[in-house]
Amino acid sequence: MSDTTRALGAPVLRREGRDKVTGTARYAAEHTTPGCLYGWVVPATVASGRVTAIRTADALAVPGVHTVLTQDNAPRLKEPDDPILAVLQDDRVPHRGWPVALVLAESLESARAGAEAVHVEYATTGHDVVLTADHPGLYTPEEANGGYPALRERGDAMRAFDAAPVRIDATYTLHGLHNHPMEPHASTARWADGHLTVHDSSQGSTAVRESLAKALGLDRDRITVISEHVGGGFGSKGTPRPQAVLAAMAARHTGRPVQLSLPRRYMAAVVGHRAPTLQRVRLGADRDGVLSSVSHEIATHTSRIKEFVEQAAVPARIMYASPHSRTEHRVVALDVPSPSWMRAPGEASGMYALESAMDELANALGLDPVELRLRNEPQTEPDSGRPFSSRGLTACLREGARRFGWYDRDPQPATREEGPWLLGTGVASATYPVLVSKAAATAQAAPDGSYRIGVNATDIGTGARTVLAQIAASVLDTPQENVTVDIGNSDLPPAPVAGGSSGTASWGSAVHKAATALVRRLDGHTGPIPPEGVTVTADTGEETAQESPYARHAFGAHFAEVAVDSLTGEVRVRRLLGVFAAGHILNSRTARSQFIGGMVMGLGMALTEGSTMDPAFGDFTESDLASYHVPSCADVPDIQAHWIDEDDPHLNPMGSKGIGEIGIVGTAAAIGNAVRHATGARLRELPLTPDKLLPYLP
Amino acid sequence: MRPFAYLRPASVAEAVRAGAGHPGARFLGGGTNLVDLMKLGVESPGLLVDVSRLPLDRVEPTDDGGLRIGATVRNSDLAAHPGVRSGYPALSQALLAGASGQLRNTATTGGNLLQRTRCPYFQDVSKPCNKRLPGSGCPAREGAHRDLAVLGHSEDCVATNPSDMAVALAALDAAILLHGPEGERTVPVTDFHRLPGDNPDQDTVIRPGELITEVVLPPPAATSLYRKARDRASYAFALASVAAVLSVRDGRVERAALAFGGVAPRPWRARVAEDVLRGAPADEETFARAVSAELATARPLRDNGFKVDLAHRLAVGALAELAGLAPPA
Repeated sequence: MSDTTRALGAPVLRREGRDKVTGTARYAAEHTTPGCLYGWVVPATVASGRVTAIRTADALAVPGVHTVLTQDNAPRLKEPDDPILAVLQDDRVPHRGWPVALVLAESLESARAGAEAVHVEYATTGHDVVLTADHPGLYTPEEANGGYPALRERGDAMRAFDAAPVRIDATYTLHGLHNHPMEPHASTARWADGHLTVHDSSQGSTAVRESLAKALGLDRDRITVISEHVGGGFGSKGTPRPQAVLAAMAARHTGRPVQLSLPRRYMAAVVGHRAPTLQRVRLGADRDGVLSSVSHEIATHTSRIKEFVEQAAVPARIMYASPHSRTEHRVVALDVPSPSWMRAPGEASGMYALESAMDELANALGLDPVELRLRNEPQTEPDSGRPFSSRGLTACLREGARRFGWYDRDPQPATREEGPWLLGTGVASATYPVLVSKAAATAQAAPDGSYRIGVNATDIGTGARTVLAQIAASVLDTPQENVTVDIGNSDLPPAPVAGGSSGTASWGSAVHKAATALVRRLDGHTGPIPPEGVTVTADTGEETAQESPYARHAFGAHFAEVAVDSLTGEVRVRRLLGVFAAGHILNSRTARSQFIGGMVMGLGMALTEGSTMDPAFGDFTESDLASYHVPSCADVPDIQAHWIDEDDPHLNPMGSKGIGEIGIVGTAAAIGNAVRHATGARLRELPLTPDKLLPYLP
Repeated sequence: MRPFAYLRPASVAEAVRAGAGHPGARFLGGGTNLVDLMKLGVESPGLLVDVSRLPLDRVEPTDDGGLRIGATVRNSDLAAHPGVRSGYPALSQALLAGASGQLRNTATTGGNLLQRTRCPYFQDVSKPCNKRLPGSGCPAREGAHRDLAVLGHSEDCVATNPSDMAVALAALDAAILLHGPEGERTVPVTDFHRLPGDNPDQDTVIRPGELITEVVLPPPAATSLYRKARDRASYAFALASVAAVLSVRDGRVERAALAFGGVAPRPWRARVAEDVLRGAPADEETFARAVSAELATARPLRDNGFKVDLAHRLAVGALAELAGLAPPA
């Protein structure tokens, strides 16, 4: 066997790739059994109020309709850990789209027809769904998401800003965004002999099992949640979603297996969104571009039922040296669907504003934007003073500039034409924190010399099985083909979600530890391996409980070349190039896919994606993939992802940082900065659609 | 489930009989819009008359040098047809600018002409919409209307016709052949779609039971092109589009036809602009003056004023390109 199959970093093919492209991989809605009922949710059609009556007779008369679950007859739940899961429990409508009934029928079509025949009456009060920078309900919470303090101040940022010879004061507007994974949120639930089995499209079935146990008041040993294959999540499946609770309730109530797959049009209301942010950035610098003041203020929204605060000002605490800094989040609770996690929550939106402002500062100074960033490189993490475990930003910027051909750039805006096209280039930095959570894994040696790893990791399209096999094989000193990996089932050793770019670090650390223990056990083992094999279990509770004395982050640099149609204002990206410093890369093939996938998503954020809150109705206008514009293949240009291998001993046994999210982080700012270079127009609101460009065209 | 009957007639006559004999009947072509609307509850036909296998799938020359396009010819096939590509480039370009490859492989010529607006309120049965439910109101007028009409709309409806193909057909003076219970008639494409007025539920002048059997193109008169601006590079409806036909002799416009898409409840044939163009010097000043005259009647809503500028730019650019004053985009 060649060394490439043993070495971490090798471009090993993803294990389930063939199953997926040939259609044999089965997803959560494809585990129906005979006798299965199909569910269809009846969403609230008011943005705020109470349900006063639900009449189900017409629905029950629809042929094939079995049951209609409402607040009147649905099983009672214990208080769930997430308020969005408390469905069909009372008459409150916290936002339009909140589930008020679930129709169960012998076919999907009957369920849908039944749902249309459910009559719901509401008592409504006025609703308030529009985020504004001066909304009277805005307040500063204790914490933003991720446990970060909502407000941090160092020195006197306002006084330093006022005293700075060069100042940027700009406000950036980001509308809501939706994750819209290709596979919708779906669950198939069945009860047998007092045991609940749920196939759920989730980023982590251990967490779904815990939530269901709590909500249903069941011992967790009586629940199995399976997420064998997941067709994308991007954060929207990172926490348990109502479909799992509804399917489990319905299966319990009816005694039949129940499948519930959320229609695309319904997803915008119940599976979360990236909250809109209004961001004011103030930068003060001397004439050499050395920052003296960094201020980043966020206004965002949350729903009436939970406080969720997009941590968009947090990256400003990490990126650049400045003696004075102020970073603050304010939030207002509105009658809107609950926002939730979306790829690089905080970083993607916050870095759009910060990196656009840095470009504005470079232009104000007449300084190259790469050079400006190099001049503000901190020695320690600015906000905490902690040393970086490793910080590859300057290396990424220099390597990216070299590969991209940046140094030939004429900084003058709106001077390059090619037929009707105006051409420009832009750069932006990226960062994403190193996160890790406790996980457990088993490692087993079989008599035939093969190995088996068990850990409840989830493959959401990243190649989790493959990289875990590589990690195990590297410890066991065996070809990766010799290692079977079991994931995606909550009966396996518990593990955290595929989220926060922490999956491989969390699961991999446990796999590494179990495999290491197995090697030691086998070293002491005499005689043949018994038929049942030799199995060890390990968990990383101890390691992950210790807080690192280091500031640990991945960094990156994005470069973009755009062409703007001078007639129509249509923006086309010609080239995207990212260079990332994220520790050791564990599988160069699947890592590249993740980087590139993130960059494509950032391209969508920059140019095409946006969710518009409808003030009259309280829902999002873009409710299907014809109107919510994810980039099409024709939008996606020559994309290159490169990386700088870092030898960082302060991470985990693999020496890796997360890579699932950093690809999106700097992309939107790099594209926006390139559009400014092409046209001279500094647009501070995404997406950069033709209507926004038109006023600035010749 | 919501039951409906399904019929696959063997002939146009049988299809028409079935359609006319059943008030809730709908003809099914590729189904790329109708089936979606059925799932959404916007359409609930009692009878689907599947005309997709009728022998209307040919593109043939007419005696006078034009083209006869069967109603079930798929959008992809029509776009790729050599006679269309050479004689009517605007039509081929418009088809290829629409939808996605998968949808174009399924969608038919007749169905394309009958597709409904993509106004978000029309597609959401939980909200009012005068087109879907006459008299219920139009939330788009004050609501999400960035993508909606600036020309030809009414108090009751501000929806746009979403077709690209129909815009090219309008500029090319195509005619639609209809078979109905009372026989056959021909309607110019420009007269086929209605302005909404106070009954926006009627998209077209088609009568109960009438079936589109073919679209007839007159002989190619001049070179043509189609330009479309949209929010992403593919698979997006037009923010604005233009189909233009132009011939120039001795520096003057000999023949001009112009139609806008994405800006009105129907393909918007720009007769006012054409009157200005005819016989005038073929220069950018004339083109701008002509297009401005056409768009002077535009009544943009709060958030879609940009469409007037965009349509203007597209039209002037297209005419300039056809006149050889600008390089091909």
